[in-house]
Amino acid sequence: MLIYVVRRLLYSVVVLIVASMFVFWGISAVADPLAFLKQQPTASQQTIENITKRKHLDEPIPVRYVYWLKDATTNGFGTTTIGDRPIMPDLKRVLGHTLQLVIVAELLAILIGVGIGVYSALRQYSAVDYTATTFSFLGLAMPVFWLALMLQVLFVNIYLWFDVRIFYTANLSGVDPGGGLHFVLDRIQHLGLPWLVLMVASIAVYSRYMRASMLEVVNSDYVRTARAKGLPERRVTMKHAFRNALIPLVTLVALNFGALLSGAVVTETVFGLDGMGLYFINALNRGDPYPIMAWLMITATMIIVFNLVADIAYGYLDPRVRYD
Amino acid sequence: MTDRVPAADRLPEEREEIALTAGSVGRPAAATSASGSVAVPERPALEPAGETLTYESGVELEARSQWAYARMRFFRHRLAVASLVVLILVALVGIFAKRVAPYAFDELDLNNITAKPTLDGKHLFGTDLLGRDYLSRVIYGLRTSLWVALVVATLSTAIGTTIGAIAGYYGGAVDNMLMRLTDLFLVLPFLAVLLVLSAFLGHGKPVRVAFIVALLLWTFLARIVRGVFLSLREKEFVEAAKAAGASDLRIIVRHILPNCMGPIVVTMTLFIATAILLEAALSFLGFGIDPPTPALGKLIAEGESQGLESWWLVTFPGLVIVIICLAVNFVGDGLRDALDPTQRRTRA
Repeated sequence: MLIYVVRRLLYSVVVLIVASMFVFWGISAVADPLAFLKQQPTASQQTIENITKRKHLDEPIPVRYVYWLKDATTNGFGTTTIGDRPIMPDLKRVLGHTLQLVIVAELLAILIGVGIGVYSALRQYSAVDYTATTFSFLGLAMPVFWLALMLQVLFVNIYLWFDVRIFYTANLSGVDPGGGLHFVLDRIQHLGLPWLVLMVASIAVYSRYMRASMLEVVNSDYVRTARAKGLPERRVTMKHAFRNALIPLVTLVALNFGALLSGAVVTETVFGLDGMGLYFINALNRGDPYPIMAWLMITATMIIVFNLVADIAYGYLDPRVRYD
Repeated sequence: MTDRVPAADRLPEEREEIALTAGSVGRPAAATSASGSVAVPERPALEPAGETLTYESGVELEARSQWAYARMRFFRHRLAVASLVVLILVALVGIFAKRVAPYAFDELDLNNITAKPTLDGKHLFGTDLLGRDYLSRVIYGLRTSLWVALVVATLSTAIGTTIGAIAGYYGGAVDNMLMRLTDLFLVLPFLAVLLVLSAFLGHGKPVRVAFIVALLLWTFLARIVRGVFLSLREKEFVEAAKAAGASDLRIIVRHILPNCMGPIVVTMTLFIATAILLEAALSFLGFGIDPPTPALGKLIAEGESQGLESWWLVTFPGLVIVIICLAVNFVGDGLRDALDPTQRRTRA
């Protein structure tokens, strides 16, 4: 087990390093982080030369990679090319915002998704089952950003017509949130719509998955045995079927969670939330390799960790799994 | 996400069909030839496929290929057929955009700026900030998006199948390369890689966007095809073909590939939906198709920038995306049921 974890981690680190080389090389070969500055009439030649020197932009790419590696390991990913802004504090801030967004949305999505999935499986082909199926198909066919925009359209127009503000449709904090209950209310007003958008996508997936998993378990031999020996139906579904049906979902949730921590790029862009996703898009628009690389490394690390968590949790819940 | 339905749950005609499959030995597919030799006392005069076989005992059996059965199963899936009809209609609208659209996509009607949708036939979907007819823009956008999706699906299916087949059949360097490449996606988020690629390879033209999406999407199919090839290359029928002196190419194309047509066709269908959603997201974020070419995702982005009070600008292109993706997913579902009866999902 320990050997398995160590080996997985080592392999992931190798993949990560190779990936970082490729991405760094790709970005540096194509992008000119100074393009924006060079267009500014106020930027003097001297400034550009200074930045070029400081960021070693005149060196060949492999040398620049080594400089970057040094910055990444000893200096918190260094600073941005233009403005010389430290990257790490920014990343910490946006990660905090993304956590607010993702944790609540995912917890609610798991609860609702599992509930719908189990109910659909127990009442297969019922009206509820068909409705749930239809909605999950709809959820998967809908572009995330469109759903987000439609919600914005709805609540903006409610605000314009009735002068009632139910949710804020953009940004994270317009006014001082205050404390206590006011703070909670403010979070709900600001994050309510993004939560809803993330939840719809996750619920669509989780409920389908849970339904399939539950159906498989309900038709298995040991559930029949449990019924045959006269256990009450409630106990059969809750203790025997449900707990086993949850196992595959654990993997899915862990993987999904790791991916979502990279920031729901689209959702955050639509709602103007200062999270991981928006940070990435902005860095990409500036063509600055340093924040992009930092973002990719942090994201990749989180994905690796959650993949590992998924594997270990699976092995813990299902003792038949062997690591080798 | 596959629910297995026990045999008792299947419709009666399906059970008959299964019985029929076992009885008709017209042209068994390579995979079933070993076990499928049902005792037919006398060898019928073999005719080309699709003909009626007459046995001396007087029993008449119509020879049907696997594909004929798949087709039958597909057409019994009502929702899938309806979705296919919808898709064909949408595609026709896209193909004949010039005839169908009431206006050109860049034609200005300056008397009707940001007009609401009306039913009087002038601007069914309303107009945008420049007075351009929105129905026409959506139709042209649909054309672009569909075109991109088809190119993506074709390209990534072709690449994915080829590389998956080579990797699965030969193993070795190609296999190694494929697996390491897909490991990359275990570490980096797919959308992020796609965004980085299109930011730095350049975007804007539909062709470019299609190539960039296809450049990443094929890996999913390659993994699936590789898996099937890995398991099938050890099977007896491949051994038999080898013993008979078939070349590697022949074994791959004639013996193994037909056995994974199911997953390939289904994945290709789903690629269309994925490509439409990805292209829309890319265009929306500004890393996809750029104006003046209208594309569905870009239309939504433009609609957003023109103010959310004009709700129709955001609503209609999105609705079209939802309809296309829903239809594609249902067709994919129907195909999965039809082509892989062992892994049957619930009937919708």
